[in-house]
Amino acid sequence: MADIVSPLPGIFYRKPGPDKDPYANEGDAIEAGQTIGVVEIMKQFSEIRSDVAGTLESFAVEDSGTVNPGDVIATVSEG
Amino acid sequence: MERLLIANRGEIAVRVIRAARELGLETVLAASEPDADSYAASLADDVRVIGPAPAAKSYLDGAAVLAAAEAAGCDALHPGYGFLSENARFARSVLDAGITWVGPSPEAIELMGNKSRARQAAEDAGVPTLPGSDGALDPDVDTLPIAREIGYPLVVKASAGGGGRGIRLVTQEEDLVQTLDVARAEAQAAFGDPAVYLEQFVSRARHVEVQILGDGDRVIHLGDRDCSLQRRQQKIIEEAPAPLLPDAVRDTIRASSIELGRQCNYSGLGTVEFLYDPDREQAAFIEMNTRLQVEHPVTEMVTGLDLVREQLLVASTGTLRLHQEDIVFRGHAFEFRINAEDPTQGFMPSPGTLARLDWPGGPGVRIDAGVVAGSAVAPFYDSLLAKLVVWDENRTEAITRSARALAEVRIEGVKTTLPLLSTVLHRPEVRDVTHHSKFIETTPDLLGADA
Repeated sequence: MADIVSPLPGIFYRKPGPDKDPYANEGDAIEAGQTIGVVEIMKQFSEIRSDVAGTLESFAVEDSGTVNPGDVIATVSEG
Repeated sequence: MERLLIANRGEIAVRVIRAARELGLETVLAASEPDADSYAASLADDVRVIGPAPAAKSYLDGAAVLAAAEAAGCDALHPGYGFLSENARFARSVLDAGITWVGPSPEAIELMGNKSRARQAAEDAGVPTLPGSDGALDPDVDTLPIAREIGYPLVVKASAGGGGRGIRLVTQEEDLVQTLDVARAEAQAAFGDPAVYLEQFVSRARHVEVQILGDGDRVIHLGDRDCSLQRRQQKIIEEAPAPLLPDAVRDTIRASSIELGRQCNYSGLGTVEFLYDPDREQAAFIEMNTRLQVEHPVTEMVTGLDLVREQLLVASTGTLRLHQEDIVFRGHAFEFRINAEDPTQGFMPSPGTLARLDWPGGPGVRIDAGVVAGSAVAPFYDSLLAKLVVWDENRTEAITRSARALAEVRIEGVKTTLPLLSTVLHRPEVRDVTHHSKFIETTPDLLGADA
């Protein structure tokens, strides 16, 4: 299992826009480097990527939830 | 008008509270949960929490803001800038609730919010515009001849864009069709409207603007400003009056801005923005902002007026008490936007707690701040902490005084853009007015300023 953590404080969004599909869903196969969401800090958006390939097991933060640096955003089972 | 809801936060909420208090109005601040104990909240008579931290669920939630205004018994609402200030639907809902909207009519907001219609309105009012397509492009009509007539390079602009968003450059004819397709898709995704139009591209222009004030019948101008010092389409240093503008150009933009205001029965404060091409000594309309601007203090410093007071008075009485001959200009003013960003890390936002905050003082120095020492700088909103505004008898003296004032500022706890502001101010291009709106971005050694 690998945790994807937020490098910065802000608001976590699972979608690129309000009426867009999520970047990734629980159960999806994802690749290393794939974007799973964005964190907005003071109107600037930073993409959150998975370091590993595998299956996206779960999100630890709700869509539009507040995150702090080091908070786990999601968990990926490798392989 | 007795009780005013301020639907904003930070320095502009503080600014509006001050003007309202001087007019004897009670102030109610609509605040998100993390802003409930902000500096602005401490100054307001009453605070209503409108929702959680994300702006979409608080400051941008029109229904929540309106419900707060009604619950608090407010008879007027000031939207500040940003957030809901240029949302015609929200303005209409405020008016429909029997509450005074401190701003222009929803119709004027709508007209100016559509950039191709605004451009047409400007042309009709005799405002100089850049060569471009007549309104939005018809997707079924061949655009190549229209573009050929304008000439390359040109820009494809989203009708629903603005503030530097939704613009794409086309340098040669073979790129036009593909760029139009991409621009339409982007405009649909970003603004919900795929309409685009064409305009000639000016590479080295200054950004100048005219402040107008009207009451739906009479319109006057309060002079001009230069906002050429920008980074990522965001202004960082502004000044009034616009320096080295030929008299004929200054007279033209002022008079035609008044005419544009008259044509749309403009009420309240508005800003008509222009690109000024120093090589050709020509100014051309870009867009009109139908709200109070961040940089309004430089106009206040050279006119001696309180623009927010005039805005509130026009909204409450429906009548402009000032006449053009009442407006007298004196001296020169600069504004410096101090943002919580780290210049050494690509201007990454820098939230935190302000451990220390020492402001400069002395003659001609003004601070419009949304924070005090000990304030938390939350990661949720715009990074603007405060504006340093400096006035002196002429531009040269104002630059000297600005350098002195900037050097007195001490901020600890978050990184700020202060080093960049000082570095830019000392550049010969700024002193000699040879800078342009891309000057900061095209001068790499400015962006490496040590914090």
